[in-house]
Amino acid sequence: MSFIDIRNLKKSFGTNTVVHDFSLSIEKGEFVSFLGPSGCGKTTILRMIAGFELASSGSITIGGKDVTYLPPAKRNVGMVFQAYALFPNLTVAENIGFGLKIAGASQSDINTRVSEMLDMIKLPHLKDRYPYQMSGGQQQRVALARAIAVRPQVLLLDEPLSALDAKIRVSLREEIRALQRQLGITTVFVTHDQEEALSISDRIVVMYEGRANQVGAPFEIYNNPKTRFVASFVGTLNIFEAKITDRARGAVSIDGQTVVTSRDLGDLGNGDTATVALRPEAVRLGTPVEGRNSLAGTIGEVAFLGAVIRIEVKLGESVVSLDIFNDPGLHLPKIGDQATVVFKPEDVLVIDPT
Amino acid sequence: MKQNRIGHWIAIILGSLYFVVPLIGTFEFSLRKLRGVYSFEAYRVVLGDPAFQASFLYSVGLACLTIIIGLLLIVPTAYWVQLRLKRLQPFVEFVTLLPLVVPAIVLVFGYLRLYNSSSWLPLTATARGTDILLTFGYVTLALPYMYRSVETGLKSIDVRTLTEAAESLGAGPATILVRIILPNIRSAILSGAFLTFAIVIGEFTFASLLNRPAFGPYLQLIGANRAYEPAALTIMSFAITWACMGIIQVVSRNRAAMRK
Ligand SMILES: Nc1ncnc2c1ncn2[C@@H]1O[C@H](COP(=O)(O)OP(=O)(O)OP(=O)(O)O)[C@@H](O)[C@H]1O
Ligand SMILES: [Mg+2]
Repeated sequence: MSFIDIRNLKKSFGTNTVVHDFSLSIEKGEFVSFLGPSGCGKTTILRMIAGFELASSGSITIGGKDVTYLPPAKRNVGMVFQAYALFPNLTVAENIGFGLKIAGASQSDINTRVSEMLDMIKLPHLKDRYPYQMSGGQQQRVALARAIAVRPQVLLLDEPLSALDAKIRVSLREEIRALQRQLGITTVFVTHDQEEALSISDRIVVMYEGRANQVGAPFEIYNNPKTRFVASFVGTLNIFEAKITDRARGAVSIDGQTVVTSRDLGDLGNGDTATVALRPEAVRLGTPVEGRNSLAGTIGEVAFLGAVIRIEVKLGESVVSLDIFNDPGLHLPKIGDQATVVFKPEDVLVIDPT
Repeated sequence: MKQNRIGHWIAIILGSLYFVVPLIGTFEFSLRKLRGVYSFEAYRVVLGDPAFQASFLYSVGLACLTIIIGLLLIVPTAYWVQLRLKRLQPFVEFVTLLPLVVPAIVLVFGYLRLYNSSSWLPLTATARGTDILLTFGYVTLALPYMYRSVETGLKSIDVRTLTEAAESLGAGPATILVRIILPNIRSAILSGAFLTFAIVIGEFTFASLLNRPAFGPYLQLIGANRAYEPAALTIMSFAITWACMGIIQVVSRNRAAMRK
């Protein structure tokens, strides 16, 4: 049995069902992210794990104990919120020590643990500050320390970085991940930022409209998206409706040009339409090569994005975006030029059309 | 533009005169108890009057009780409404405004019908009972002001997130209310308390009709029978009210400074 077991969880607000039949097992020490667009139910599931919302049906087990209907104060689950939720009337040290004080720890134990936590988040010099005297990033670190101080079984983070600016967001997410590894604490992290999820998770749950669309390691999710939604939400993908011309060979037709895929076409047959996807970084500009796919078109757009340059090639109706690395010696194509794009058969992903 | 500004100043000066002149007049009059010289004789007489001391202390006591009972009633209610019963908010606001709509005289006649000495709960049968009735009457009178203050305080903090953060750290409702919510709305509570104090100290209708020796009826009695002392009392009442308002200002300014 896994450490956290979520079975057939369902949640409705009135007649509006926002979580449908959600099941997930999380191992001890694992870092799992819920990734999905706004309103897909990420927060709602997290709040049910924390006990702030009660499930309409289904069950949640933590460490072998059914907690589905246990009040939050009895679950020993630490939570970090999106909004700065430090207690404004308490100092940093008092905030971090709050949970221990509630648990009835002695003052000397509290002091020891608080300074341990302050060292951990590298803010020992701010121990007597009040929350309003600190930056957003510092406040979130204190919130993290406060949640961890009571040694919770599970740590829940609901978009803890979304109110911070880009640089701090990246450095703090790495800090969170390093701490999580060091402490081995089972963690659920909610985000709508795919890069964030990909960079720090052991596993990602991609959510759409209250359902888990795909669950897997970042590498798996990124390289083998199962549905059209996952494919488009995790990274930028070229998606085509392609007619199957020769199923045995894996040949499909995109805007009248033939492309071969080495991926499984499932139960589709000749003449059916398959949804296929191509990652921008899997595609190159060049000349046709034996054993590779090539599609001819014209350059539609050239966008300089810093480290990479994104080029759009028009093929009749459809458009292929591709990324090439920036290089000062590069010869950039011009809009309207003839161009051929080349890619391998295994890069032509076949996905679920939903 | 210039024309406009002069207009503003004229308005401000006229407004100030409207308030200040009668006050100055009253103050000047209150100093004239001794023929031919200005003195604080009227104040000395009032402050030395045992009836003044008794009624003032009585009203201060009632005001404190009113504040305590009011807060015990209102803070948890407003907290709970804000946290869990958002839907009921308009209804609760309506109820708390009722004492402003229903005149005090109507309220007190209602009380007398309900709690007279031959009713099922004969509160007016004894002096203690009447004091209790009066206190609860004052809680009702102060309700709109107290609820408004507390509610404003609660709206200025993120009640839900703070509560949930404390809950996930193992705190129960009483701990959360006392350790987290109360300290963060302290200035709102204090301003509610001072407003209540100012209302209760000068209240006449309830105290008079329930026949209790409060400060309001004492003011009225002096006003009807003396010349200079009422003027002195008026000035003192103003001073007390201003002191309350000043304290509210100081408290909320400290609070605002702390937020920044
Ligand atoms: N208390 C509530 N009452 C009614 N509906 C709610 C409540 N809480 C959430 N919902 C609805 O449930 C759905 C899922 O909300 P949830 O907050 O879980 O989304 P989310 O995935 O966390 O989105 P975001 O990325 O914007 O935070 C939304 O449509 C929301 O309107
Ligand atoms: Mg959310």
